[in-house]
Amino acid sequence: MRLALALMSPINLNHPGRYVHWGVIQISVANLVLILIMVAVFAAAILLPFPGTRRRK
Amino acid sequence: MTSVPASPGDTPAAQEETGGWTGWVRRRALRSFPPEQLLPDKQPIYVASWIYVFGVATIAAFIVVLATGGILALRGPAWWHGSSVGHYVNSLHLWSVEIFMAFMVIHLWGKFFMAAWRGKRALTWITGAVSFLASIGTAFTGYLTQQNLASQWVSTQAKDGLNSVGIGAYFNVLDFGQMLMWHIVLLPLGVGILVVAHVLLVRRHGVVPPFPPKDTPSRDATVAEGSVQA
Repeated sequence: MRLALALMSPINLNHPGRYVHWGVIQISVANLVLILIMVAVFAAAILLPFPGTRRRK
Repeated sequence: MTSVPASPGDTPAAQEETGGWTGWVRRRALRSFPPEQLLPDKQPIYVASWIYVFGVATIAAFIVVLATGGILALRGPAWWHGSSVGHYVNSLHLWSVEIFMAFMVIHLWGKFFMAAWRGKRALTWITGAVSFLASIGTAFTGYLTQQNLASQWVSTQAKDGLNSVGIGAYFNVLDFGQMLMWHIVLLPLGVGILVVAHVLLVRRHGVVPPFPPKDTPSRDATVAEGSVQA
């Protein structure tokens, strides 16, 4: 129960969503954060070495 | 179909023509997908990169989506709304879809910047793109069948746009039963068929090689010499 509360506490969902506006673009903060995480994962997938690559060379 | 097996004395050409339509399908399948190509144990050296992992990660998430969706279909809405285990499986279904879509988009980004349609791989690219669109439709109908305020809001927002393009009769977002059938039968079947076709095409044409360095004379001669165990 404590673990569940600890995991729940960082993000409070009991309020209307927050949105950012940039000209005609309007996006929720949640979706924006998700897209930024995906971009970070994409960059990491390109930059991080794959396990065992060095040994094979 | 012929009922007489080819005798050992037949010429190879005669054996080639036996077997009726099943024999034709078998010969065609073996020609298009030789077993060592269908289930390879080695991949080219350039596949040893994290960016090549997201295709199979998408398929893994898709399997979890199908499995949890199947459990939800068997137990019904009273279970997934009213019990803790039902909530858990419902959440697994949601989050596996989130991971499925996120990994598929990262896979799409990677393949787009590799120009993965090179080397007669156009159909591979097209099946991937269409399965992405079908997945969006499947996720959309999933939101419509949540039976809560969000699903009502989404459906009433979407109905006018969909009616304006003339598909309201067969895709009526206000018809819960129709949306449920699209979500659990037609669209998953379509996505599944497209994914299988996509994977078979990848097996047939191989994983697209990266772009060569600029001083390399031909971009077609890009297959690396080494290989790694799959």
